[in-house]
Amino acid sequence: MSSVELKAVEKHFAGGIIAVDAIDLDVPDGAFVTLLGPSGCGKTTTLRMVAGLEHPTGGEILIKGKRVNETPIHQRNLGMVFQNYALFPHKSIFDNVAFGLKYRGVGKADIAVRVRRALDIVRLPGVEQRFPTQLSGGQQQRIALARALVIEPDVLLLDEPLSALDANLREEMRSEIKAIQRRIGVTAIFVTHDQGEALAMSDLVVVMNKGKIEQRGAPAEVYEHPRSEFVANFLGNANFLPATVVAVAGGGISVALADGSQLAVADAARTVQAGEKVNVVVRAEKIELDGGGLSHASVLKGTISAVDYLGSTARYDVTLAGGEKVTTLATIRDGARRVGDQVNLSIAPEHCRIL
Amino acid sequence: MSRVLARPYLLLSPAILSLSLLMVAPVVFVLIYSFWLRTAEGLDVPAFQFGNWVNFFNDYFYWMALGSTFKTAFITTIICIILGYPTAYFLARAQIRNRGLLLFLMFLPFWVSYIIRTMSWINVLGKNGFVNAVLMGSGLIDEPMKLLYNDFSVIMGLVYFMLPYMIINVYVSLDGIDRNLESAARVLGCTPWQSFWEVTLPLSLPGLGAGSLLCFVLAAGSYVTPRLLGGTDTLFFPDLIYEAIISQLDWPFGAVLSIVMLVALGLVIAVYNRFMNLSDVYRSFAR
Ligand SMILES: Nc1ncnc2c1ncn2[C@@H]1O[C@H](COP(=O)(O)OP(=O)(O)OP(=O)(O)O)[C@@H](O)[C@H]1O
Ligand SMILES: [Mg+2]
Repeated sequence: MSSVELKAVEKHFAGGIIAVDAIDLDVPDGAFVTLLGPSGCGKTTTLRMVAGLEHPTGGEILIKGKRVNETPIHQRNLGMVFQNYALFPHKSIFDNVAFGLKYRGVGKADIAVRVRRALDIVRLPGVEQRFPTQLSGGQQQRIALARALVIEPDVLLLDEPLSALDANLREEMRSEIKAIQRRIGVTAIFVTHDQGEALAMSDLVVVMNKGKIEQRGAPAEVYEHPRSEFVANFLGNANFLPATVVAVAGGGISVALADGSQLAVADAARTVQAGEKVNVVVRAEKIELDGGGLSHASVLKGTISAVDYLGSTARYDVTLAGGEKVTTLATIRDGARRVGDQVNLSIAPEHCRIL
Repeated sequence: MSRVLARPYLLLSPAILSLSLLMVAPVVFVLIYSFWLRTAEGLDVPAFQFGNWVNFFNDYFYWMALGSTFKTAFITTIICIILGYPTAYFLARAQIRNRGLLLFLMFLPFWVSYIIRTMSWINVLGKNGFVNAVLMGSGLIDEPMKLLYNDFSVIMGLVYFMLPYMIINVYVSLDGIDRNLESAARVLGCTPWQSFWEVTLPLSLPGLGAGSLLCFVLAAGSYVTPRLLGGTDTLFFPDLIYEAIISQLDWPFGAVLSIVMLVALGLVIAVYNRFMNLSDVYRSFAR
């Protein structure tokens, strides 16, 4: 069953701004769905429409199969976690977490029990009497999570909850939020512009761009099989190689690059004809540098034009014989390569996609 | 070491100097004056005696005047809250484009002298004033109402003068509230009114408190408005100070009244500081 359904939902703002453009989305019960996209693509607006904080200009929103377009915010029974935590600064942690329960007519004794349980879940027991400013950023975010979860919401909405945290804490909270969500089994919609977060946490990644959904799917699927240049680019380092199809045989496609060197591509999702101009997408980390590698991999010759030393890996910009620029990501074994080094790039057919 | 310790005071010395010269010294002089002796011939003779203070404490009239001044200031403050809060809320929350212009318009009257603005109320509330003309013209009343030269016109004038201070204080406070807090309250189950009571109002209290304190102190200390718009029976403490010093040339007694006023308002501020943070008042000025 779908927990949340969006049917052709759109949101226009004054001044002709189309923040969300006819989006269709099914969020299965218990799933962790991520809305991923660049700044201004309409993620927050979408989330706020589900919460009722924003009214859709068109379309229909269903929660648990019921149309909620006309349901006021306070009757939707949702949990929401904001980027800046939005804890009530004038209320103690206890009163913050108990807030939603108070408005659901839960008895005093029951509130105390449930607040304690929620604080246990986010691993912050015993802070009831403190005030939000007396907690660190990460702790505040846990309280915000506890406050949203304690009411046992139908859906948990999270708007970039990790972006205000520093890098280490972010990864820790990332796995913790995911673990809590899985344990409780609550349906979650998570908004982020961080592809790492999206890939690590989600059951379903929804890539958005300019108010539209570009692609949706399991993290591996979206990453490995980008359907558009935008998705390929937004999720990780992608290389685009303009090429011409020379031969099509079974699942195997052979394309020629600018200098005539051949590249084998195995992409069953696309049907192409010989002579067609295409764009071949290869992820940086799939390109092997001077590898003895796989026998069926194509080998391209190039010259290193720039090196980014990253510690355990290095990123190399390589200029191919035909002038194309390619970025590769390689583990450093015995010293990094230098600018000007001649290299052989091995690319396996199954790692190439045709757009 | 001592040089390091002295440094902040050294750096602050211009401020300390000007504050002591301009603020502390005059008060000290006034305090000294309050012990001087006023002779029967009307001369003030330097002395150290408590006659002026005894006179003040024995005269019920001055206590009444203080009470009536504070009552008027209190009513003015309450009216400013009632009128100012919704206005500030509108300014802070309405989806309007020219917010800055509206705020500017609010302070536009400050370009005209306070005295002229106060006197203009005479044309509005007077016997042949605007209000009476409209009411009589429309046949609602037969005789002009007495709107001027009573407590009503004083409060009216004070509210008119004080309202922008209230609005700007509440506005600054409301404007600083994170809108997500209200959204969070709504998502957690609050109706719009409940979220106002739970979140918006409590978080705007510093501004409301600052505005109220400012209104009260300025109203209680105002002199021009009660003098221009008040009636013969209007009792206003600052006016009594004026009477004592300028009309009766009784400087020592005027000094006593001034000190009383200072202490009374100081007490109000102390009580306020007990419950609210005084620094919020200063902050609204810093904006
Ligand atoms: N209240 C509003 N009035 C007018 N335009 C708005 C309003 N809220 C959002 N927009 C516009 O709608 C578009 C989408 O905004 P939204 O906040 O949903 O983006 P986002 O994907 O959450 O971006 P970010 O990652 O920066 O948070 C933007 O172009 C934004 O300027
Ligand atoms: Mg956003």
